[in-house]
Amino acid sequence: MQDGANNLHSDESNQYVRQLANEKYKYGFTTDVHTDIIPKGLNEDIIRLISEKKQEPKWLLEFRLKAYNHWLTLQMPQWAHLNIPPIDYQAISYYADPTRKKEGPQSLDEVDPELIKTFNKLGIPLHEQRQLTGMAVDAVMDSVSVKTTFRDTLLEKGIIFCSFSEAVREHPDLVKKYLGSVVGYRDNFFAALNSAVFSDGSFVYIPKGVRCPMELSTYFRINAANIGQFERTLIVADDDSYVSYLEGCTAPQRDENQLHAAIVEIVVHDRAEVKYSTVQNWYPGDAEGKGGVYNFVTKRGHCKGMDSKLSWTQVETGSAITWKYPSCILSGDNSTAEFYSVAVTNNYQQADTGTKMIHLGRNTRSTIVSKGISAGHSQNSYRGLVKVSERADNARNHSQCDSLLLGSDCGAHTFPYMDIHNDTAVVEHEATTSKISEDQLFYCNQRGITTEDAVGLIVNGYAKEVINKLPMEFAVEAQKLLAVSLEGTVG
Amino acid sequence: MNAARQYIELYESHVEAICRHGSPVMNALREQAFSDFKRMGFPTPKHEKYKYTDVETLFSPDYGLNINRLSIPVNPYEVFKCDVPNMSTALHFVINDTYLPARPVPLPDGVIAGSLRDNAEKVREYYGCIAHTSSDAIVALNTMLAQDGFLLYVPKGVVVDCPLQLVNILRADVDFMVNRRMLVVLEEGAQARLLVCDHAMNDVHFMATQVAEVFAGRDSVFEFCEFEENHEQTVRFSNLFVRQEGNSQVRLNGVTLHNGVTRNTIEVALVGRGASLDVGGIAIADGREHIDNNIFVNHQVPDCVSHELFKYVLDNEAVGAFAGKVCVSHGAQHTEARQTNKNLCATKGARMFTQPQLEIYADDVKCSHGASVGQLDEAALFYMQQRGISRDEARMLLMFAFVNEVIDLIPMDALRDRLHLLIEKRFRGELNACTDSARHYQGALSPDNGETERGLQELKSRQAKRKGQAGLDYAKARKELQELKCQGCNICRQ
Amino acid sequence: MLEIRNLHANINGKDILRGIDLSIKPGEVHAIMGPNGSGKSTLSAVLVGHPAYEVTKGSVTFYGKDLLSMKPEDRSHEGLFLSFQYPVEIPGVSMVNFMRAAVNEQRKYKGLEPLSASEFLRLMRQKRAVVELDNKLANRSVNEGFSGGEKKRNEIFQMAMLEPRLSILDETDSGLDIDALRVVAEGVNKLKTIETSCIVITHYQRLLDYIKPDIVHVLYKGRIVKTAGPELALQLEQRGYDWIKEEIGE
Repeated sequence: MQDGANNLHSDESNQYVRQLANEKYKYGFTTDVHTDIIPKGLNEDIIRLISEKKQEPKWLLEFRLKAYNHWLTLQMPQWAHLNIPPIDYQAISYYADPTRKKEGPQSLDEVDPELIKTFNKLGIPLHEQRQLTGMAVDAVMDSVSVKTTFRDTLLEKGIIFCSFSEAVREHPDLVKKYLGSVVGYRDNFFAALNSAVFSDGSFVYIPKGVRCPMELSTYFRINAANIGQFERTLIVADDDSYVSYLEGCTAPQRDENQLHAAIVEIVVHDRAEVKYSTVQNWYPGDAEGKGGVYNFVTKRGHCKGMDSKLSWTQVETGSAITWKYPSCILSGDNSTAEFYSVAVTNNYQQADTGTKMIHLGRNTRSTIVSKGISAGHSQNSYRGLVKVSERADNARNHSQCDSLLLGSDCGAHTFPYMDIHNDTAVVEHEATTSKISEDQLFYCNQRGITTEDAVGLIVNGYAKEVINKLPMEFAVEAQKLLAVSLEGTVG
Repeated sequence: MNAARQYIELYESHVEAICRHGSPVMNALREQAFSDFKRMGFPTPKHEKYKYTDVETLFSPDYGLNINRLSIPVNPYEVFKCDVPNMSTALHFVINDTYLPARPVPLPDGVIAGSLRDNAEKVREYYGCIAHTSSDAIVALNTMLAQDGFLLYVPKGVVVDCPLQLVNILRADVDFMVNRRMLVVLEEGAQARLLVCDHAMNDVHFMATQVAEVFAGRDSVFEFCEFEENHEQTVRFSNLFVRQEGNSQVRLNGVTLHNGVTRNTIEVALVGRGASLDVGGIAIADGREHIDNNIFVNHQVPDCVSHELFKYVLDNEAVGAFAGKVCVSHGAQHTEARQTNKNLCATKGARMFTQPQLEIYADDVKCSHGASVGQLDEAALFYMQQRGISRDEARMLLMFAFVNEVIDLIPMDALRDRLHLLIEKRFRGELNACTDSARHYQGALSPDNGETERGLQELKSRQAKRKGQAGLDYAKARKELQELKCQGCNICRQ
Repeated sequence: MLEIRNLHANINGKDILRGIDLSIKPGEVHAIMGPNGSGKSTLSAVLVGHPAYEVTKGSVTFYGKDLLSMKPEDRSHEGLFLSFQYPVEIPGVSMVNFMRAAVNEQRKYKGLEPLSASEFLRLMRQKRAVVELDNKLANRSVNEGFSGGEKKRNEIFQMAMLEPRLSILDETDSGLDIDALRVVAEGVNKLKTIETSCIVITHYQRLLDYIKPDIVHVLYKGRIVKTAGPELALQLEQRGYDWIKEEIGE
């Protein structure tokens, strides 16, 4: 290629990179709805207040207080490759209820039309008849579940799909048995915080031998200003069951940072299979790095049963800061775990994400595929642990971590850890870093494809291995999101 | 902090003697090093960099030191025969941390190969210039205590044809600590090759810290091979710092054949365009040996190349750790960096921790890393058995093939052949020639070493008081290492 | 030389061989044919002592010695050679080191002095000619980067080096073009003496055009269901296996 052409294409791609640095966030609107917000600050009284508002049993309040007292002893973790500004935990409100003050709505007629409008606008219709068939939705705004669809249909099969608060009331034994069994409140700083103040989330129980006939989905929305969202999701798949669960999230565009610290616990029993997919699109902040959600999430699944299977798929495009490591504990013999991730960072976003695969059982297998895409001034890190314990004979892991850099001001980092304590393990890790080459762009140009489209094509192809793992409806949404995050180049 | 305290006290009470036997250049840095060390203390396993090696415990035994520089009245040239065939006769010795005057070997004009203490004035601006005491406690400790070591200085444009060989010998009758330095300065266009062998002679516990600084000037070529052949009671902390100017070529090879606990820290800064770096490492450990290599390659400018290849073979209850970080600074375009770590765990008790890391702040780069842990290929083993090769022999051939990939990168033919032989012997569990010659040396030394020993240990009386304690502390350290558990995960602790 | 009596074997608990009886005399060439999955490769793997297979019943003697109690390498030293269907690639181990270890271990077993480097290299040169194996291949790692034909040629070269008393050729013809097949077969024939025997496992007649069998067996569901002269192979080529299944009443 001639020098002139070379420069031309560099300019074009730089221009492209600048363009995407200016891209707007399309879910940034706010909903004007009466919201019951408790006073800012965090102390035992606030926790009692939250528990009271949720009419919780005493054991749960005690659990929260224990977690709170443990949290007080902890420091925020510093090890991630993130620059986290100091967070004033007393300047946040820990509970906001945008629904009416009485009991959770029973029929759609009772839900504030503004909320229905909001979810419609987000592409999450709450009318069952208008729903895409094959997907049940739990819609959570701020601290409260607004509506859960198809509950009765699912209940016919014995499947419990409801908000966490309802589960506490209606299925206390199940909640008591599994809450904190995978992510204890002592697990880490944010897990302790969540355990103290968690609000709503979803609860899923799939009974023995049942294949859940539709995708279950929770849509999280932060609306109110200066609140933190602390959702809690618990999924239990009993023997020989199957469920595919999807999670989506957005937040309005605000200049202040918003805190989101969730816990997801998954328990997979003998021969059961859980697929958990996330499309995370919290507000990432503006082009100057102002505002955006701080997303500190502890997600962990326990492949407890033999021959159990857990698959994490995540598309991370939002949040100003992401700190998230969906992990698997493979303690059942012959259990299998997968982690597929695409993380896109742009502007001044920072992401430190990856997974932990803890092999404890025999013949356990795990696969990690992580694709990072960095643009603008963003920093994108993969951090992962593969541990094979003494007892985990014949464990296998393959990890592939690729980074794609768009522009010369961003960073892409890889921090894998492999702790191998068993001589029969086979563990492999590979990582590469690349940019979109001038040759690729030129080749596309020569075939009549604009540079912008070519970048989109290449990025899409790069992420395809992960996108393909998502359920169909989500795959389409994820592709659109990639398009939004990286300037409408996809498709 | 307890372990650190004894070194702080040691320094405070003996600073005068330490300085008296050092050179002004080395003394100049002591106070700063001391205050840095006092501030930091020894790193704990919470320090990411020292996650897998329990420094505090390893330093806690009360080792003796030869602060008063009592000399050993033996000429090791007479008795020590570790000559790699067809290689140089330019042998140099450092006994403990004291450089022995070398038998004169013709070197090109201006080249200095000799005592760091005696020649430090010539390299004043280099000493301690890249081995910062502020960020690593062990570098600080070494800097405050080191009194001598080896210097290689090659002036502008000079090519040293014959490889130089430095033999570090650990020699003491009580548990003993050595703090030695190495400084290599290659001015613009200079070329040299240096082979370093480490040997421990006595069956006591040794603690050796070594800080080496290598300055590779523009267009210089430096080839370095370090070779550890000690015994199970030796603890070695090596910090090697390299600074490469434009178009310099540096190759570092480290081979750990035998050592109790090895911790090698290598930091390379590529500060001139077009510099290239190759790092090769072999770690063979069995019994309860522990090998921890921590490599940081910093691409600060565009157009540099770095390749790293580390291979571990772990048997019995050996522990291996590898952490390699490649950092590509903002603007360091056209960097090519490749890092590979492959490991064989031969038995159930062996453990491997590996962390290959990339930190990249430039987009037009080619960077990759790979790490794997696995076993010998069963299909290949059976294939060989079918051809009549016994399983043990087949395993040996495969292990040998596994590490060969690293040896084959060493450009010195004679050294390569020698390594092939030694590694084969190592795998076969046979004593090698290097050890034999060291034993030979020991025999020659023993008849008249009574006089030397009497004054050798500045801390010998303290040592005697706690007789046996060092061994216990050491065993405790090993036990704790074995018990290293996954951090922060309750379920996997069960 | 080889006596197999009522041999039963399984892999991962799945029975593959269900009572094999076979007797081979010095100088004989036996062909074993049979449909896929009938147990042909299992038989060869069990004879050379592959650890994945478990013998549950029966006996195998080789020149009067109990073969099944021997380690794989000792079976090799006794003169049993398997030409693998899929020869294994061993990166980093050169052919020279590999063969020298094999030859010298066999010599040690027989109480002979190891060959010197020059004697060994002379032997390599000599034997290489038998299968027209390129010198370049001999200097590479074992089977690494070899084409399918080169791998099979390399198997026969090793056979020449080790001079076995009984060779098992496990689908040596698979993946070979006609020229390579001829070279390999000629190599086998050149090495054949009146003392040495051969088991040829194959699907096709074409290898048997070159290596003439004395006896042809059909293996089906883990048993030898038919034994006849060389004409049986031709019949199978023309008519397939269905008629045999009918004959045995399936």
